[in-house]
Amino acid sequence: MSRVPLPYSQKILELFRNPKNLGRMEDATVSAVAGNPQCGDMITFYLKINEQEIIEKATFESYGCAANIATSSIATEKVKGMKLEDAWKITWKSVAEEVGGLPAVKFHCGILAVGALRRAIRAYYKNKQIAPEWLPKELTFEEKQALEEEELARILEKKMKMAEEK
Amino acid sequence: MVENVRELLKAHEGLKREVYLDIENSSMVPTEVLEAILPYFNKRAYGNPTLTHKPGWEAFEAIMESAQKISGFLGCKSLEEVNFTPGETEANNLALLGATLQTRGKGKKIVISEVEPLSIMHVTEMLTKYGFTVSKIPVDSEGFINLERLKEAVDGNTVFVSLSAVNHEIGTIQPIKEAQKIVKDKNPNAIFHTDASDAYGKIPFSVQDLGVDMATISSYKILGPRGIGALYVKEGVNIERILEGQIGTQKLWPGVENTPLIVGFAKASELAFQNLEENVRHMRNLRDKLINGIFEKIADVRLNGPKGEKRAPDNVNISFLRCEGEALTIELSLNGVYVSSGSACTRRLLQPSHVLVAIGRKFEEAHGSILMKVTRYHTEEDIDYVLEVLPKAVERLRGISGTTVVE
Ligand code: FES
Repeated sequence: MSRVPLPYSQKILELFRNPKNLGRMEDATVSAVAGNPQCGDMITFYLKINEQEIIEKATFESYGCAANIATSSIATEKVKGMKLEDAWKITWKSVAEEVGGLPAVKFHCGILAVGALRRAIRAYYKNKQIAPEWLPKELTFEEKQALEEEELARILEKKMKMAEEK
Repeated sequence: MVENVRELLKAHEGLKREVYLDIENSSMVPTEVLEAILPYFNKRAYGNPTLTHKPGWEAFEAIMESAQKISGFLGCKSLEEVNFTPGETEANNLALLGATLQTRGKGKKIVISEVEPLSIMHVTEMLTKYGFTVSKIPVDSEGFINLERLKEAVDGNTVFVSLSAVNHEIGTIQPIKEAQKIVKDKNPNAIFHTDASDAYGKIPFSVQDLGVDMATISSYKILGPRGIGALYVKEGVNIERILEGQIGTQKLWPGVENTPLIVGFAKASELAFQNLEENVRHMRNLRDKLINGIFEKIADVRLNGPKGEKRAPDNVNISFLRCEGEALTIELSLNGVYVSSGSACTRRLLQPSHVLVAIGRKFEEAHGSILMKVTRYHTEEDIDYVLEVLPKAVERLRGISGTTVVE
């Protein structure tokens, strides 16, 4: 049972109730997923990107908690009209600040949102087979964390399955 | 932080109806119980029951009368067998640690099931650090313990077995009498404990009939006050104290007795047992109305635990696929329906309930699970209201998860 007290901010509650830019985008230029159903957190980011590498539209779908829905909503709002290079610079911390702060157990929800955004940007360049200078080769913090969470969930599920079979 | 919570509370203003179904985690105390308790704070029996003055003797009398009543409902031989503790967690700790301290040197094996409450799971885990081994009996897809495996697991080295009578999360009514026989046949010296917190006042049973050595019961699960529970310890079974201090009327739990709560526990027991059969029928009705209503109105749901007679009369536990549990509890709360979800968020991961994993639920099924318990105070109208609110909540959240999770 959920035992962690979650004093969500008003902003989170508001975005949870009325998320912006919600839903699948059929004509997206690119999309990316972070998390998986095993984590209990999973988010998909859709971006529509024009010739000038400007994000014309961003939407999301989230199988995550209220904090994940709120941070995803903020992230999609923020990147609208941005150049990819600038959108890349958005960090989970800035997103978390904008929703009025996140409790520690909910950091990963914001991290996943930004992780999905960065994966989408990376996917865009990978599809185009170009590597802009500003795009780091190494995975950034948010991307690594998303990867780690996915890995953890897989290990945990395996472990629990094994324990069961014993 | 508190500021945030105040805002959250404000968001609940103007609710047209409220239905509290989170009896698993805490409960409301009915007025009848409250009224029985109140005089014991300032009108009478506020003394220490071990002391030689009127308020002390009054307290002694009140505690003994309460123990007498509860021992009757439990089917004990005598009221001496009822030991009050500050709750279910404490009673389970006392049972496990008290018994293993007593039996040290005689054996090193503890047998439990995979679906015990955390106050059993975590304490046994701790005991493994002190040389004990723990064997966890698997359960089937409805949560019933595998009696064959129990038979295999119990051996001459086994000192303690703990199996809860009714599963706290999915309501499985376990064959405790049979399990007890199996254990005693293999090792008559093994102590058999059952956490009966979800059985007491909800299904008819008697500790003597079950043949158990120890049983835990809890007050708030039958709508008594929080902070009080009891451990039945059969006459002749010796266990040690796990806390030391001034011993009063409770030989296994030192410190000053909390007379008002003990009185409240006894009163709540009386109310639960007064018309037990009728109460059970009422709860079962509401339970099935809720389960059937959910299955009629919402697609892609799974019932966790068995159906019908083998399920606790109050328990409803359902997984809503493509719906995140915590988000669902918040959405429901904003609409006046209070429930809990089967996953607890740790720092990085949503940790699915060990009970749901044990019955073979996939993680994504466990994450979207909701636990609800009905009481004799709930009405058909309450359930109608839940059935009005719940489908909308699920639909909205599934709208947010959209195509992210496809099976
Ligand atoms: S998305 Fe994992 S708890 Fe928020």
